[in-house]
Amino acid sequence: MQISLNITETIQECLVSMMSESAAGYIAMVIIALIYLGIFSVAGLFLVLLERRVAAWFQLRIGPNRVGFQGLLQTMADALKLVSKELTGTDRADKFLYNLAPYFVIISALMALGLIPFTKEFQAFDINIGIFFLIAVSSIGVIGILLGGWASNNKFALIGAMRSGVQTISYELSVGLSLLTMILLTGSLQLSEIVELQKSGWLIVQGHIPAIIAFMIYMIAGTAETNRAPFDMVEAESELGAGFHTEYSGMKFAYFFLAEFINMFLIAAIATTVFFGAWLSPFGITESIPWLGVLWFLVKTLLLVFLMMWFRWTFPRLRVDQLLTLEWKYLLPINLVNIVVMAFIVWQNLIILI
Amino acid sequence: MSYFSNIFNGIKTLLTGMSITGKYFLNSRKGAITQQYPDNRDTLKMFDRFRGEVIMPHDENNEHACTGCQKCEIACPNGTIEIIWDRGIDEHTGKNKKKIDKFVYHLSMCTMCGLCIDVCPTDAIKWGQNFENSVYDRTALTRVLNKPDSKLRAGVED
Ligand code: SF4
Ligand code: SF4
Repeated sequence: MQISLNITETIQECLVSMMSESAAGYIAMVIIALIYLGIFSVAGLFLVLLERRVAAWFQLRIGPNRVGFQGLLQTMADALKLVSKELTGTDRADKFLYNLAPYFVIISALMALGLIPFTKEFQAFDINIGIFFLIAVSSIGVIGILLGGWASNNKFALIGAMRSGVQTISYELSVGLSLLTMILLTGSLQLSEIVELQKSGWLIVQGHIPAIIAFMIYMIAGTAETNRAPFDMVEAESELGAGFHTEYSGMKFAYFFLAEFINMFLIAAIATTVFFGAWLSPFGITESIPWLGVLWFLVKTLLLVFLMMWFRWTFPRLRVDQLLTLEWKYLLPINLVNIVVMAFIVWQNLIILI
Repeated sequence: MSYFSNIFNGIKTLLTGMSITGKYFLNSRKGAITQQYPDNRDTLKMFDRFRGEVIMPHDENNEHACTGCQKCEIACPNGTIEIIWDRGIDEHTGKNKKKIDKFVYHLSMCTMCGLCIDVCPTDAIKWGQNFENSVYDRTALTRVLNKPDSKLRAGVED
């Protein structure tokens, strides 16, 4: 079965036959953006459901299982409810920034998705600075959080937003540096090339010890990046109400909520791409059927997402000082040493190749 | 040097925590504590120490153990119990004695503190296991616990 999944080109070719080249280019972009928006808002909803079921299992509960088969439509119904709710806001809030903030968060999350290589062809946007772009775009989200907290005119929201600033600025370093460790191996920032390179062994195998350390640091910092427990001081229900989105309701709240889950997916997807060979099947067992790549990609990503959920429902929340100690005293020095080790390994060619 | 041992300790304790929750995750389908309530209504058993409402058990001869001493009424911190009493000739002894006419219990005011049950010298009142207490009219929450024409069981006062 040969289905062409190269969506960008397929759509563009289809459109070029109808109109001029440049117009076709723009329209193709819009269509792809809409497809991604459709797929990932639904996928985000299912991630919420997954989180709730997994959380329930961790806590010996059953979880939502009434709406639809095994609760499959639960989050759809929730989204419907949120859409139909009244949008409230605080008095004397900065209306413009207040309304702008959720879009920053959700758009930066969705934008980064375009780069993820689901299969060889199913990748909307393959630029040569892929990893760099991903790190840059996923950091834009924090601006939305800061704006939202600031503009809400609410002290809880402000404290939450400031904590988010502290947290993201610190952990951004670790995310960047741990990915940089792997870039030493690949020698390229382009995601498709990184995947190509892993045909001779996933990078976590190729880079062995330093790669595993980098992966651990990446997962810790990535969890902090998404503001999830144990790093959820930004929201910290028990002390801050709901943190930066205390004052948001209805659809705008849903944007924040969805963005958190898309970000989680994103962190897992980047880890899959950089450490676990993206859509490549283990030992190339299904190499002859390229469209199975999507399946492999999703399996790996969901396993990592599950790992993050496991963290969330196991560990208690850190204090701010503990959070900063962890980053600046442990993760960052380890990371820097790790980069040197990786450089040495690449230099001496101690890479394990299958 | 404690720097490195801190790291290893940290990782070790985190893994311990994760293994515990992991075990729960794997066993959750066998021992979920959630009750699928309206579905299992017929089989649902409440726990021994569950406090649903105050009841007064009657035996098969429609007799209860309440002497009308009003200790429960005094013990109740929020006036939930009202005992309407009377005097009458006791048929066993022939003496003129105090006995209850109506044991009025306002479920809407009860905080389930259990003081009335602790204080009752004859164990006339107990915890009921009923938890479906919602009604459409709040007057239905005011209950008379002794059944009509019920009597004091012989011998409880001895
Ligand atoms: S349980 Fe407490 S509140 Fe309720 S009737 Fe007895 S003493 Fe009063
Ligand atoms: S229920 Fe017990 S404490 Fe209350 S009046 Fe009757 S015998 Fe006395």
